[in-house]
Amino acid sequence: MNTIKQVFENNHKNNKGCLIGYITAGDPTPELTPKIANALIRGGVDILELGLPFSDPIADGPTIQAANIRALKAKTTPPKVLKIAQKIKTKHNTPIIIMTYYNPIFHIGLDKFISTAKTHNVNGLIIPDLPIEEASHFKKTATTYNMDTIFLAAPSTSKNRLNKIINETSGFLYLISHYGTTGTKTTLEDSTIKLVQQVKTITDKKIPLAVGFGISQPEHIQKIIKAGADAAIVGSAFINIIQKNTNNSVTCMLNELEATAKALKTAITLESTTYT
Amino acid sequence: MKISSYPKNGKYGKFGGKFVPEILMEAVNELEVAYYQAKKDNAFQKQLDYYLADFVGRPTPLYFAENLTRKLGGAKIYLKREDLAHGGAHKINNTLGQALLAKRMGKTRVIAETGAGQHGVATAIACAALGLEAEVYMGTEDCERQRLNVFRMKLLNAKVHPVNSGSKTLKDSINEAFRDWVTNIKTTYYMIGSTMGPHPYPMMVRDFQSVIGKEIKQQFTQKENRLPDALVACVGGGSNAMGTFYPFEDDLTVKLYGVEAAGEGIKTGKHAATLLAGNEGIFHGMHTYILQDDNGQIKSTTSISAGLDYPGVGPEHAFLKSLKRATYVSATDKEAVNAYLLLCKTEGILPALESSHALAYAIKLALNMDKTKTIIITLSGRGDKDVETIADFTGEKI
Repeated sequence: MNTIKQVFENNHKNNKGCLIGYITAGDPTPELTPKIANALIRGGVDILELGLPFSDPIADGPTIQAANIRALKAKTTPPKVLKIAQKIKTKHNTPIIIMTYYNPIFHIGLDKFISTAKTHNVNGLIIPDLPIEEASHFKKTATTYNMDTIFLAAPSTSKNRLNKIINETSGFLYLISHYGTTGTKTTLEDSTIKLVQQVKTITDKKIPLAVGFGISQPEHIQKIIKAGADAAIVGSAFINIIQKNTNNSVTCMLNELEATAKALKTAITLESTTYT
Repeated sequence: MKISSYPKNGKYGKFGGKFVPEILMEAVNELEVAYYQAKKDNAFQKQLDYYLADFVGRPTPLYFAENLTRKLGGAKIYLKREDLAHGGAHKINNTLGQALLAKRMGKTRVIAETGAGQHGVATAIACAALGLEAEVYMGTEDCERQRLNVFRMKLLNAKVHPVNSGSKTLKDSINEAFRDWVTNIKTTYYMIGSTMGPHPYPMMVRDFQSVIGKEIKQQFTQKENRLPDALVACVGGGSNAMGTFYPFEDDLTVKLYGVEAAGEGIKTGKHAATLLAGNEGIFHGMHTYILQDDNGQIKSTTSISAGLDYPGVGPEHAFLKSLKRATYVSATDKEAVNAYLLLCKTEGILPALESSHALAYAIKLALNMDKTKTIIITLSGRGDKDVETIADFTGEKI
């Protein structure tokens, strides 16, 4: 099984940036998620972020909110999400990260959830409403099970906090590109480029830097990779394709997902090559 | 250690904390620093006191409900008349405090969530008075059952954003307010309306609302020259109850009762009795009790009163429950409506449906207490806003 670290190292050796793809597990159904994951991985997704749906996703915009609702309507539970992860892993070495809000994990119990996630071959966890100050028990438990803990940084994060966050995060640092919730944007703000450049000076040679929120098009990816990011995180763009195709044939949906992932990965590769 | 000395580092025992996305952490920390500075600043307190006296009309009376007391024949009942505060509810105590703080912090835009609309109206009033821009998030279901308050907010120059996601009630309006805040954090102040959310909100809102309990203490001492035997207040997020309880937290002879909304009955599952029927969780920035399913998903709640229709509760209430310092009980929709009708007839006072829950429990309590004992009920708001709901419930046409 590849670890998150190995994936970054391998891509780095080949002068390539990573593509991290987010989907909500169980959207539109738990049965379809492994197929969607196959399509994304075939298209070039290096690390898969699987959302464990939550009823009240406060950091998410309308696209991912709707995906959460569809997944919950399809009766997607935490044990089902872990089974989905395990199923994907039978076919692929791709690292899988579970992204969810803190309550579902807290309710199950940190030890129980993380140990079960480990036996289901999950590599890491992202909990957007768990800042470092509240995360000591989580961090300790995750370390026991050799599970990566990916923390987020935001445009509002001070340098002092950023250094603390870098000490806690493992796998990579998840940088939020702009003030706002998740969701596709047509343009990439200039402030995002500056932010990536600034944060890179601090993460460089310490931890890979992945940038997410509002990243949906090859041009965005080229710009953030050029600015120094090691990875781009794309979510809502994939979910829009899932949503759009819920009433079409599954093949149609999967083909479009694969093609989109491929275009994004190509953008990363091109930019990395010209950059280095 | 005194109970009233909490929170320590933002926590009430294990409850409370700051469970918010990283993007909000600097803002929440900035707010904490600004609030502690304001709290120590005499000029700030003086300004707040001025508005509370001349604008809100404080102190609100502590009224001896003689007719009700006689009718029940038990303990003596006093009513803390927050319904007489400007705007018709206790909510203004908090919004004025926070609006002054927002100005002090240089913020120009205020956002708020509202359930019954009382906090929305109080936000609109405070912002209009202090020259701030107000935008209020309100679930579409709440907009429907509290149409008058939606219009009042518009008259008061606030923009109302109907929220159509999730259960279309208070919890979803809070989600939307958080989403607005992460997007507009530089200019925007989030004015939370109850003792909930990430630290410092539960503490700050409690402090602003504790004017209720402080006045009760002073007024009751003047009238009876002792401490009351019991305080009763309704609990949704829990701000009027915290404001009532806090100055008495260390007076262990005073019994504290928080009354939750039992909706159609706790056994039916259609209720909002978080402390009674929920369990521990992390929601809306705090570690507290919440109503959730077996998978940690937040449940929808049911209550005739929009202001109590919330699946979480302030962390200090969770703490008081764990210490057994306060007792948490409940009243059903039907009991609340009956209490509403009773107070109208016996005392000539229309209580808010939220406060009617406190009244409903206090009536039972009074019957089991000696005539020499005294109960104080916080009448958190007035019930004019609820007349249509009451007519619906009793099947009368207006």
